[in-house]
Amino acid sequence: MTRYHRRKLVNAFNLAASIAVTLFGLFMLGWILSILFIKGFQHINWAVFTEMTPPPGESGGLLNAIVGTLLLTLVAVLIGTPIGVMAGTYLAEFGGKSRFASTVRFINDILLSAPSIVVGVFVYTLLVSPVGHFSGWAGGVALAILVIPVVVRTTEDMLKLVPSQLREAAAALGAPRWKVTVNVVYKAALSGMITGMLLATARIMGETAPLLFTALSNNFWSTDMNQPMANMPVVIYQYALSPYSDWQNLAWAAALLITISVLVMNIFARYGLKGHNQKP
Amino acid sequence: MAAPQTQYSKHSRQAMIGAMGDKLFKGTAFFFATMVLAVLAAIILMLFKDAWPTFQTFGFDFFITEKWDVVNDQYGAVIPIVGTLVTSFIAILIGIPVSFGIALFISVMAPEWLKKPVGIAVELLAAVPSIIYGMWGLFYFAPWFSENLQPLLTDTLGELPLIGQFFQGPPIGISLFTAGFILAVMIIPFIASVMRDMFDVVPKDLKESAYAMGSTTWEVVWKVILPYTKVGVIGGIMLGLGRALGETMAVTFVVGNAQELMTGLFYPGSTIASTLANEFNEADGLHMSSLIALGLILFIITFIVLAISKWFLLRLGKVQEGRST
Repeated sequence: MTRYHRRKLVNAFNLAASIAVTLFGLFMLGWILSILFIKGFQHINWAVFTEMTPPPGESGGLLNAIVGTLLLTLVAVLIGTPIGVMAGTYLAEFGGKSRFASTVRFINDILLSAPSIVVGVFVYTLLVSPVGHFSGWAGGVALAILVIPVVVRTTEDMLKLVPSQLREAAAALGAPRWKVTVNVVYKAALSGMITGMLLATARIMGETAPLLFTALSNNFWSTDMNQPMANMPVVIYQYALSPYSDWQNLAWAAALLITISVLVMNIFARYGLKGHNQKP
Repeated sequence: MAAPQTQYSKHSRQAMIGAMGDKLFKGTAFFFATMVLAVLAAIILMLFKDAWPTFQTFGFDFFITEKWDVVNDQYGAVIPIVGTLVTSFIAILIGIPVSFGIALFISVMAPEWLKKPVGIAVELLAAVPSIIYGMWGLFYFAPWFSENLQPLLTDTLGELPLIGQFFQGPPIGISLFTAGFILAVMIIPFIASVMRDMFDVVPKDLKESAYAMGSTTWEVVWKVILPYTKVGVIGGIMLGLGRALGETMAVTFVVGNAQELMTGLFYPGSTIASTLANEFNEADGLHMSSLIALGLILFIITFIVLAISKWFLLRLGKVQEGRST
């Protein structure tokens, strides 16, 4: 075999391998989603949305867990977003290349990928063990800590995309810096910042590990944030590993609901809002 | 004369309010930026404080003892640490070539109309919550693996000298290897997306010069694109590794949570994260303190890995700035 043929062969083999592993990745996604949809839709019915989580052996639903997840997510976004937006604003508008800003950026990127279970342990030591009981607030705070880095990152990126001429034009009209930022820069970057919020929400909705040691779960209807609070991920965890088939079936239904919400939010955040972003 | 006077003072008052507003706004922004650092400091401090009884009781032995005995209140971190490292190592071993292939496919080979859908699909793999991977792994992947792939690996690779012992274990599919494999699928989108971003910024001139010299596509990838982007590629791999180390739910479902140290990868084991998820809510006293110490160790390991990743990615940014100017 000539050198030329060998090169051609190596090329063909490696490119074929590249296609093969891409197919492998797509196959894995297809496998996971198809099982989730088949098992999930089998067990979704009206009771899932109207009844509480049942004791083993009885039928029931996920109403308290759905409401709990929505409440926890809401609290986390309400706490995390303002902090994230302001910190991101500092990095984009004031920090520049200063040592402080670079450090914050560096640490923020690390927190972005930090293990969520450690955040759960941290909030446990901070808000659960001193009080002596699990609570919805602790769960909300744990999720908020995961929201902050995502929002900081997207806010900074989006504000930096706003052309500096816009800022200069507003400043030339005599607007003070904060008015320039709030009335001009935020407005121009709004859809991008909403994207960040949606991505953060999508990320925390399916998070289980930080809730295990903070909100835990609750088999009864409760909207008291001072008490343990039912939520979808922990219910999935407990029910999926239980020996009762009723519970396992509910876990599949919950898994489907949570995955659909997360995927829809992701797709909408990434691609639904993109057209808006390019307008300014 | 009076009218311009008042107008002037009105303006100066506005300017003063503006300046004060500016100070306040900048101060608030600065305060919240500091909070990012405060969160990090608080995590390390609080974990260290609650882990202190363990360090005090066992001293350095905590890091080198392979005993995790809840009944006798004796704790050592070796088994979960080794489990964490082994599963993550399996994950990147499988994850690197697959991610590389996917990035290569999307960035170099795929026709324009195919790039976006394949890209979205791979990103969706990252969006699927970790607990879903756990359920799928426990109820579908593990049984399939133990019936099909595991006997195959034991009969082939398991027969080899030296490395053969790694491919032994009971046929239940609940093992360190299963956990590592599922972790691989989970971190592929992260590594692939960094690699793809890197491949996309390689200057066209470079690639086209290589093609013009008669290179095959593979040679362009291996000898031009990869050397040009290697710093970023390493950064992407480290990012994936950081993700794998701290992943909890998927691993907890399939790793078996056995506090034993086995050479065979098909034996059940445990990782730091799975030990925490399993035992935390039933623990107290020294047990709790030891679990928190494990959490601290995990945080420090991932912090170092992610810091290295970030450092590589930042260096790539600087190299490219230097090249383009």
